[in-house]
Amino acid sequence: MSGHSTYQPTSGLGKWFDARMPLPRLVHDSFVSYPVPRNLNYAYTFGGILSIMLIVQIATGIVLAMHYAANTAVAFSSVEHIMRDVNWGWMIRYMHMNGASFFFIAVYLHIGRGLYYGSYKAPRELLWILGCIIFLLMMATAFMGYVLPWGQMSFWGATVITGFFTAFPVIGDWLQTLLLGGFAVDNPTLNRFFSLHYLLPFMILGVVILHVWALHVTGQTNPTGIEVKHKTDTLPFTPFATVKDAFAMLLFLLVFAYFIFYMPNYLGHPDNYIEADPLKTPAHIVPEWYFLPFYAILRAITFNIGPIDSKLGGVLAMFGAVLVLFVVPWLDTSKVRSAAYRPWYKMFFWLFVVNALFLGWLGSRPAEGWYIPAMQLSTLYYFAFFLVIMPLLGLFETPRRLPNSITEAVLEKTKSKGGAAPAAMPAE
Amino acid sequence: MSEEQQIDGGRRDMLLIATGMMGAVGVGAVAWPFIDQMQPDASALALATIEIDISSLEPGMEMTAKWRGKPVFVRNRTPEEVEAAKAVALADLKDPIARNANLAADAPADDANRGAGEGRESLIVQLGVCTHLGCVPLGQAGEFGGWFCPCHGSHYDTAGRIRKGPAPENLPVPPVTFLSDTQIRIG
Repeated sequence: MSGHSTYQPTSGLGKWFDARMPLPRLVHDSFVSYPVPRNLNYAYTFGGILSIMLIVQIATGIVLAMHYAANTAVAFSSVEHIMRDVNWGWMIRYMHMNGASFFFIAVYLHIGRGLYYGSYKAPRELLWILGCIIFLLMMATAFMGYVLPWGQMSFWGATVITGFFTAFPVIGDWLQTLLLGGFAVDNPTLNRFFSLHYLLPFMILGVVILHVWALHVTGQTNPTGIEVKHKTDTLPFTPFATVKDAFAMLLFLLVFAYFIFYMPNYLGHPDNYIEADPLKTPAHIVPEWYFLPFYAILRAITFNIGPIDSKLGGVLAMFGAVLVLFVVPWLDTSKVRSAAYRPWYKMFFWLFVVNALFLGWLGSRPAEGWYIPAMQLSTLYYFAFFLVIMPLLGLFETPRRLPNSITEAVLEKTKSKGGAAPAAMPAE
Repeated sequence: MSEEQQIDGGRRDMLLIATGMMGAVGVGAVAWPFIDQMQPDASALALATIEIDISSLEPGMEMTAKWRGKPVFVRNRTPEEVEAAKAVALADLKDPIARNANLAADAPADDANRGAGEGRESLIVQLGVCTHLGCVPLGQAGEFGGWFCPCHGSHYDTAGRIRKGPAPENLPVPPVTFLSDTQIRIG
């Protein structure tokens, strides 16, 4: 995809640099002249949005670390100190707090885009797996960050999540004690979580660089799922993709800003403004909204499966729900990438989206009454989508006719827009 | 080149293997301190024993102490609660093992093995940590009148045994020593 370099240094300094360390050439080839498919839609802008969110989180996080103290005696009040005393502290903390949520909104849309357009299929398996690793690192980072304010939800969330490890036979308890640095969540836990919470974003940054590298080797997919064949199928990254990405970023940041300034605590939980108390569990523990679907899956397993008791079963199902993403490239047997040409897959995909949202809602409910069978059914569909529907659809589904090239698809669409609207226009 | 012919392949391999093994041992020896430092430190281990005065516990009352950062429930049960716990058949229990650190590891979970022993049947000392994912259960709650964990809905009976919900085991009984009738040591 990336042909030979078209970079031509014009100034003397440019030439001097190019002969010694061709960084400007790398930037030019990757973000200026880099060819992108001409039919990318707004679903393809979340990669750029995610990079911005990572920068927002790192920048605000570094500032917060200048004022925060990771000690159980003062952590809670140091966060209040940031909110009340530090200049602009309230804004920077609200940016960081809501930034985590918006990071996850963007990543879920980004993953959804990948699933809809079949972005994970050969030759982009490694690109997809690197993305899954970033997602795992994000989850670990967000979890540890949520512990730092040392509120009730911080403490009990940490207790429950590190409790997952006790489910593993033989080494479980040892592993949990090792993670906590004690027999319960306490000062050593808070200290190490702070240290790791500072480290992991930079590891994410490293994997993001690999992710973008892999992307630029294989090139982007596009809504048709057809590979780029001619030069006419592509446009240079700048100005076309740059402007589209920038416009989407602005819209996204506008909503982000609305949350920061008008409803900063809407996505949080009021119990986290009560200082941690190791002797009193809140009546209703819920994780942050972005973990709710997985939390529902954890609680759906209320029965023993052979030698696996319900606790280990729940933990395995929950980890499995994330890990199954890693093997998606090999579960999907269809030769056609994009759901636009796969009528059955498209239907199951949207059902998967609705189901995931429903699981999220169930995750916020207590584990009682009809919620439990609902969680179990939803969990069943979650796994069936990946493990049964994806492999079988490739064998039984008849895809629609694919256009011969991206250019043809684009021209067809423009033509049909001019004339009478045809009934069977592929939706995006 | 003639020099190349003189390379002794066996000697090369020997050097490679010896260096590699030495390196692996070195990496392992350095890695261990970095893992071990994460284990509970001396100050965390120093809090491993506490003493509690239980003289004020009337029947039906419960107190909570903190041991190793975790709550310990000491409950003086009413005669009705003891009777209710005694009436349960072992076969009805999800976890039939006492989980009592003062008894053998396979002692059955009958009421006598859960309580504080001969002459102190009404007293029960146990960790207030749900065996599911570590929340603190609420006292005198749940379908069996014992403890109820609000996090994921585990019900314990009046002897702290798991009866319903996702928790796999009974609430653990820590090592308890009676220093006198009203003074106990945990740990």
